[in-house]
This record gives sequence, structure tokens and C-alpha cells, in this order.
Amino acid sequence: MKKTLIASLFALGATTMLTAPAYAQDVYFPIIAKGFSHQFWQAVKAGAESAAERNGVKITFEGPNTEAEIDKQTDILNAAIAKKPQGLGFAALDSQAQVPALKKAADAGIPIVAFDSGVESDLPLTTCTTDNLAAAAAAADGLAKAIGEAGEVAAIIHDQTSATGIGRRDGFLNQLQAAYPNVTVVDVQYANDALKAAETAKAMLQAHPNLKGIFASNEGSAIGLAVAMKETGTQIVGVGFDSGKSQKDAIMDGTLLGSITQNPVGIGECVVDSLAKALKGETLPTVIDTGFYWYDKSNMDDPKVAAVLYD
Amino acid sequence: MTDTTLSKADDGKKGIISIGTLQKAVAFVVLIALLAFFSVFAPNFAQWSNMVNIMQATAVNGVLGVAVTFVIISGGIDLSVGTMMTLTAVMSGIILTNLGMPLPFGIIGAMLFGGLMGSVSGASIAKLKIPPFIATLGMMQIARGLALVFSGAKPIYFNDTPSYYYISSESSISRIIPSLEVPNGVLIMFAVAIVSSIVLNRTILGRYVFSLGSNEEAARLSGVNVDFWKIVTYGVSGMICGVAGLLISSRLNSAQPALGLGYELDAIAAAVIGGTSLSGGRGTVLGTIIGAFIMSVLTNGLRVMGVQEEWKIVITGVIIIAAVYVDILLRKKM
Repeated sequence: MKKTLIASLFALGATTMLTAPAYAQDVYFPIIAKGFSHQFWQAVKAGAESAAERNGVKITFEGPNTEAEIDKQTDILNAAIAKKPQGLGFAALDSQAQVPALKKAADAGIPIVAFDSGVESDLPLTTCTTDNLAAAAAAADGLAKAIGEAGEVAAIIHDQTSATGIGRRDGFLNQLQAAYPNVTVVDVQYANDALKAAETAKAMLQAHPNLKGIFASNEGSAIGLAVAMKETGTQIVGVGFDSGKSQKDAIMDGTLLGSITQNPVGIGECVVDSLAKALKGETLPTVIDTGFYWYDKSNMDDPKVAAVLYD
Repeated sequence: MTDTTLSKADDGKKGIISIGTLQKAVAFVVLIALLAFFSVFAPNFAQWSNMVNIMQATAVNGVLGVAVTFVIISGGIDLSVGTMMTLTAVMSGIILTNLGMPLPFGIIGAMLFGGLMGSVSGASIAKLKIPPFIATLGMMQIARGLALVFSGAKPIYFNDTPSYYYISSESSISRIIPSLEVPNGVLIMFAVAIVSSIVLNRTILGRYVFSLGSNEEAARLSGVNVDFWKIVTYGVSGMICGVAGLLISSRLNSAQPALGLGYELDAIAAAVIGGTSLSGGRGTVLGTIIGAFIMSVLTNGLRVMGVQEEWKIVITGVIIIAAVYVDILLRKKM
């Protein structure tokens, strides 16, 4: 009884494997992200899936466990290329390290569309991305205006090596330096999860009693910042990045002033749409800016903004 | 060589107590020295509000440290405590938010589920003879994967259970003694430590945990059901991970399914700094709590001083090695 069950399972597996090549007739794009568990990537996935349905193509959405696993992502990339897809979407964890692997795809004539962070090469036909420097500069504007353009501020950045971490840190710092001479940045620290960001924010508040505001550069660090502000009851101004329910709630109840949202759904749509256009032979611009918005209590319900916020 | 100390220990516990006490004393001196150092060199460090920050930052790692202390004393290792914490947090979210059950079910459910998963690790070690390092490495991945699957890779929020926040964040004790504003999470950590300490030192489970770690074969020959007690040990560890899961999800008012990797190493470091021997048979809960405090004082102090995160990691590594070196020195002297 048990054996027949196992045998039939195997048989079922074998038939699925045998029928799989039939899909090769269909248009298939593997989309390789930097991760999949973060809400941001889930939103990108949702966008990619809806665009796939619209274009009548098949996609898969994969990514490594954490955003530090460059080698794992390269393995996923190589496996995807081996399937000989009609196009490839790729968000590089390292803008240079993965160029050789991408070269293989390009040599095999597979069109590549980069997304989220760019690749330092002309292999991708286009890059669907948020301008992180400009987006973080908008966060700096929001924070500086809320503190009367004077006083001490600090930043909690989600990591010190990725293109988004560096871009948001520099975008924030450069804008303050350029436009707000009376605002001083007294501390920049790194924390990669919500709990660590909460402890970091509390240490910052402790070390700098005159602190007027803190910027947190992604969803996790913004959640942590909100936790720290609630626990200490501080009256400083907190500004976040991305969305997610915790962060949206913190903005609604006044703990955080506001945040920057990217357009993850738009990024996902852009990748699949661009690949479909490339197959039809259309030319694409080098970079497609998928946009960002500053949002706070006043415009969270604006349909344009609400559409790109995720829970 | 160590066997003589250990058999002596089994007789009167004399050997263990003297090394253990000495090492705890060393850890305690290190803790005081760090507090003194930061009080002088980190402006605004020495304030009551910051001491509360430090205590709160210790709670999760302290509880995970206690969980892993049980396993390490029994001669094993548990690499799954971090992701297990996340999985139990997700479980409590499913019970309270998705199923809408009342708070006690979430608390008991998280702990029982942790205990169950821990027992699975224990069973694969005891019955399938898989080395603890491998079995719990596997469990670390299983728990991480299940946390993502069960939650649909989305955080689960506790907004429908407002009292959930009080598990970790309010201070019940300050209602009785107004000046003592110690958050509940910290009180829970101390409660876990006290209960675990009693279990380790005063119960049959504790005795078997120590004897498994000092000489498993001797324990087996003297009629101890080694397999059973191993499963119980890992089960208890998993249950304590459930407490950590409640603490972290209460503070973040959400079960964050992607969090937890790396927490196991901090927990093991706390136990080792506190004098728990990785070769088993020796260790104390108080030592682990002191170890966890050393780590969070270091982290907080360096942050208040404005030292970069990168250097903080380096310094923590140096402290771990130094702690084990002191351990070796002390054992030679005995």
C-alpha cells in the first residue's frame, strides 16, 4: 500500500518532469531579486506577476536568503541561464562581481533587464530603479524642514556595503550639507534588523540629548526607530524609508513624521514589460526611473501614493 | 585529566563550584570594569534611563543564552535558537492574530511549539545519532523556512491583541515601586534565569544535563535513559526560545519572519563569556546572564561613544576569545 503510494508519487514526479519541456514553447523570464522575504521584494514580485499575466508570459521569482549572499545569487543566476530563457530580470547584489555570469547570458543572446540596483556594464538593455540619492535627499528635506532647518540629526543605515545603503546614506548626508548649513549630522550608524535598529536609536538618543531628528534608511530600521521613539517617549522627528504596516501605523499615530516610498510594484512591472518589449524588438532607454514619493499623514490616502504603499 | 575534577564534582560539586564561582567573579569584574570605563569615557552613558536601555537590550539575548546554556552543559550545541525564536513568534502571531484566540493561548502555544521543535532536534540527535552541530544546523534552516512559510513571508501584527505589547515593554513593577522602572521583558528574563537555575541545580533534569555533558557513557552505564533526557534537554531549550520569541515580537509589536539569523551566535557567545564550557558538563545560568550583560553593555557603550558598528563587532570577538582564555588559565590553576 505504502509502496504503491510512493511509486505513484515517483511516477507523478516523472511525468511532470517529462511534460516540463512543453513549456519551452512559452515565453519564460526568470526574475532574480536580492531576496524574497522582505515585504519590498514581495511587492516587486506582485508587480512582476501582474505584468506577466498582462503580457501572457511565464515568470519565476527567486532570490537568496539574505542580501549578503552574493555567491548564492550567482548560483541562482547560472541555473536560470542554463534553462535558456527568452529573457532575464536581475537585481545585482554586487554591481561588479556578477558581470561575468551576466556575460554568459548576453553571449547566449538572452536579453537582460537589471532592476533595483544597477550593474556596472552595458549588458542590461535597461535598468528599472529608484534614484536612491534623490529619494534620500527628499528624506533629508522632510526631516530638515520639520526641525526648522537647524540642529543635530543622526542616521541609521541598513547596511554599509550595498548600493542602496550607500546611495541612501550619501543622498541624505549630501543634501543636508548642500542645502541646510545649520543642520549637523552627529552620528551615522548601521543596523540591519528592527531590534538592532531600536537599540541603536536609543543609544543615539542617550549620547546626543540635543538630537532633533533621526533618519532610518529602510523598512526594518524604520520599524526599530519607531519602537525606540515609543519606548523612550522622545519628541524628536523620525523619518523612515519604504512602507510596511508597522511603519504606516507609526506615521498615522504621529510617532514618525513621514517616509519615502519607492514604487516596488512599478519596478516589478517595469522589468517584465521591458523584457516583453525587448522581445518585440523595441529599443529601451538606459535607465527607467520608477519614481518615489515623500509621504506622511497628509497624503497617505492620495491614490497615487496609496497605490505604491504595501503592508 | 578533567575526569578527576568532574567525578569529584559529581561527589560533592566542590571542584565545579570553585572554578565556576571564580569565573563568574571574573565575568562580573569585567562587567563592572566595562560599566566604569564607559561611565568615564562615554558622555551620558551613566544614567538610569540608559541602564534601562541596556537591560532591555539584554532581555532577548539573555533568554536565548539560557536556552543554549542547557544544551551546551549537556555536551551539545544548538544553532537553531535564533530562527526558532522567530518561528515561535510567528506561531504566536498565527494563534492570536490569524485565529483570534485570547492572549494566554498565544503565550502557551509559542512555548509548546518551541518545546516540540526542540524535541525534534533532540530526537534526531538521540535516536538518529546525528551530531548536534548538524542536527541543529538543519533545524536552524527548517525553522527559518517554516517561519517564512507559515507567515506567508509577511510580518504578522498584534494590533488585535493590545495587551501583547505589555509582555515586554511596560513596567508592571513600577506600579508597585514607582522608582523602579524596569520593563517587563527584563523581569521575564530574570524569571527565566531563576527558574532555569533552580531546574539545573535542584532537579533530576538538571543533574542529568550535567552528567550527560561530563560523561555520557558513565551516565548510560549507571542506568540513565540518555536518549530520553537528551530529547527533554533540547525540548526545554526550545521552550525557552519560545519565551524569547514572545519578548521580541512583543517589543516589535509584530512577528518579523525574516529576523533571527545570527542571534544564535550572540546567545552562544553570552554562554561562553559567562563560563559555560563548550565541551560540556560545566556552566551556570548566572554566568550566561552576566555574559549577555557584558555584550549589551559593550554594544550600548560603544554606540553611545559613537564607535562604528564594524569595530564593535571586532571588539566583541576579542572579548569572546579573552573569556575562553581566562577559562583555560583558571582550569590549569585548579
